[in-house]
Amino acid sequence: MSASLQKGLNAFREVMDAPIASFFSSCVHCGMCADACLFYTETGDPKYTPIHKLEPLRRVWQQEYTLTGRLGRMLGLSQPVSDDELAAWSELVYDSCTLCGRCSMVCPVGNDITYMVRKMREGMSAAGHAPEGIIGATKRTIELGSPMGVKLQALQAQIRGQEAETGLTIPVDVQGADYMALLSSMEIINFPEYLGALARIFHQAGVSWTLSSEAFEATNSGIQIGASDIAREIVARIVTAAEKLQVKNVISPECGHAFTALRWEGPNLIGRPYKFNVIHILELLDELRSSGRLKTSGKEDAALTFHDPCQIVRRGGVVQQPRVLLGAVASDFREMPDHGVMNWCCGGGGGVSANERAEHLRLTSFKRKKSQLDELGVQTMVTACANCRIVLEEGLEHYNMNVKVVGLTELVAEHLVEQESAK
Amino acid sequence: MSDMDLLLWARGPGLGMAVAIFLFGMTLRLFEIYSLGRKRDLSTPRSNSPGSGWRTIYARSLPHADTWRRSALTIIAGFVFHIGLFIVLLFLLPHIELIRALTGLSWPALPTPLIDLVTVITLISLIVILVHRLMDPVKRFLSGFGDYLVWTVTFLPLLTGYMAYHHLLLDYTLLLALHILSAELLLVVFPFTKLTHTFTLFIARWYNGDIAARKGVAS
Repeated sequence: MSASLQKGLNAFREVMDAPIASFFSSCVHCGMCADACLFYTETGDPKYTPIHKLEPLRRVWQQEYTLTGRLGRMLGLSQPVSDDELAAWSELVYDSCTLCGRCSMVCPVGNDITYMVRKMREGMSAAGHAPEGIIGATKRTIELGSPMGVKLQALQAQIRGQEAETGLTIPVDVQGADYMALLSSMEIINFPEYLGALARIFHQAGVSWTLSSEAFEATNSGIQIGASDIAREIVARIVTAAEKLQVKNVISPECGHAFTALRWEGPNLIGRPYKFNVIHILELLDELRSSGRLKTSGKEDAALTFHDPCQIVRRGGVVQQPRVLLGAVASDFREMPDHGVMNWCCGGGGGVSANERAEHLRLTSFKRKKSQLDELGVQTMVTACANCRIVLEEGLEHYNMNVKVVGLTELVAEHLVEQESAK
Repeated sequence: MSDMDLLLWARGPGLGMAVAIFLFGMTLRLFEIYSLGRKRDLSTPRSNSPGSGWRTIYARSLPHADTWRRSALTIIAGFVFHIGLFIVLLFLLPHIELIRALTGLSWPALPTPLIDLVTVITLISLIVILVHRLMDPVKRFLSGFGDYLVWTVTFLPLLTGYMAYHHLLLDYTLLLALHILSAELLLVVFPFTKLTHTFTLFIARWYNGDIAARKGVAS
């Protein structure tokens, strides 16, 4: 598809709705969203004020969806949005926004700014102003089936490795299983122990599960770049595979944006509800724990904290489950100063970590997480998103910080009560 | 035109026109918002309580702890100015008389010296807000003509009202006429500036709360 200004503006018109009109009508330029955004707090540059990132979209709304704006444009009092303007906004919309949603929690008039940035990206990508890094990831997803170019053979190799590690069989393409598990590319490449952890937990809890050889990856760069047609194709693969295997539930991997894509955007992208439920792995683990199917023993003694992945917690509603799970396996769990739905982003969500152009800004904004950690003084940080994990590890290394990052699912698996009879 | 003629015009045809423009404009603005509609969300909500939007409407009035720390001046000056403005607008005896003449509704007034004190506090908070807007890098960066216009049309009715009550500088009749005219100016620009937030913030907060609640988050 060739990109053009016209296509971009049409996409802006396409996404314009009553919530957006009410948000733009309500902004009083108080600037409080800037104080909620780590890209502003860590740089002090006012251009990173969240509401300012939407200026071209606001101008289209004002000029085309309000009487005074239309009059003003007819009288030549305002200039239409230009291609140069969109090009200038690319950095603001993609590099300096992780869609973390913190500004949407703070805005005193109630503007869901993140909702608008997500929608604005539809127009930006249609106009050809998405960054190269995310375009590349998206292209690989379409051509190879994975943003990082992970193929089935790579997964199969990791399956064999984890089967050897755990002594358990990892089921693939099992018809009629209760649960179909998905992975993120990061997990397949960097953290295959997640797969082993699933195998051990599900073995102990007696969960009927499977992977699909046709759709094993949930990462959706289509929603990050803002291309609904591509996002739809990626979700549709999962839906087709799950409905073919007739599974009752699909488990979202820890990865936050995968969860948002699958759980909240997916049915809207394909235009119908699913024939299965989507459950986040942490929700499932907590369910298994509370029903007594998942038993843990022993606790970590070291002081540790939890980094809330934005899309799972603030934008996903899985807030208490990680805390309950951590309580079961750690004796000294400490919350960061701002935690839960008010946590600060790792700085790499929403496609930022795939966007090389944004690297310097991302590492600068990591100072927010750094000061949260410095204040707390713990040396272990648990999280539940493979992308957060990579971004956190890079940031910690950049600032020479002695903090270890651990995946929550793996941590739970380490504390499973081993059942001899099950072997 | 004498001062009295001006006052009579302001109290009669002027007021009628200003109220008409205000009502037409706000109806239009609300129509412009709601006529856009929104797509039905096909994802399965965690909670579909219609109360969630309403909850955010009032809950959003109180900032989180971290927001207090980072935006203290904006929050405090904002609270003082808004509360002061509403007290003066709704509890000064002549204002209640006007509302009763227009709508038939009335309620007890607050003592005028108290309103006078609140007016001074509100005027000071507005000056603080203006200076903050001019000095703070983010606010200055975001501000344009509309922001300063809105500040001016909000400040003038308070200032002229205060001057009229204390018979400052100008003749009382003229000051009263100017006070009414400044309030009419506020009504006329209201629907076409960010003053619309007075009404639309309830819509915005409702959508925000509704969108978050579907995902199981109280925003």
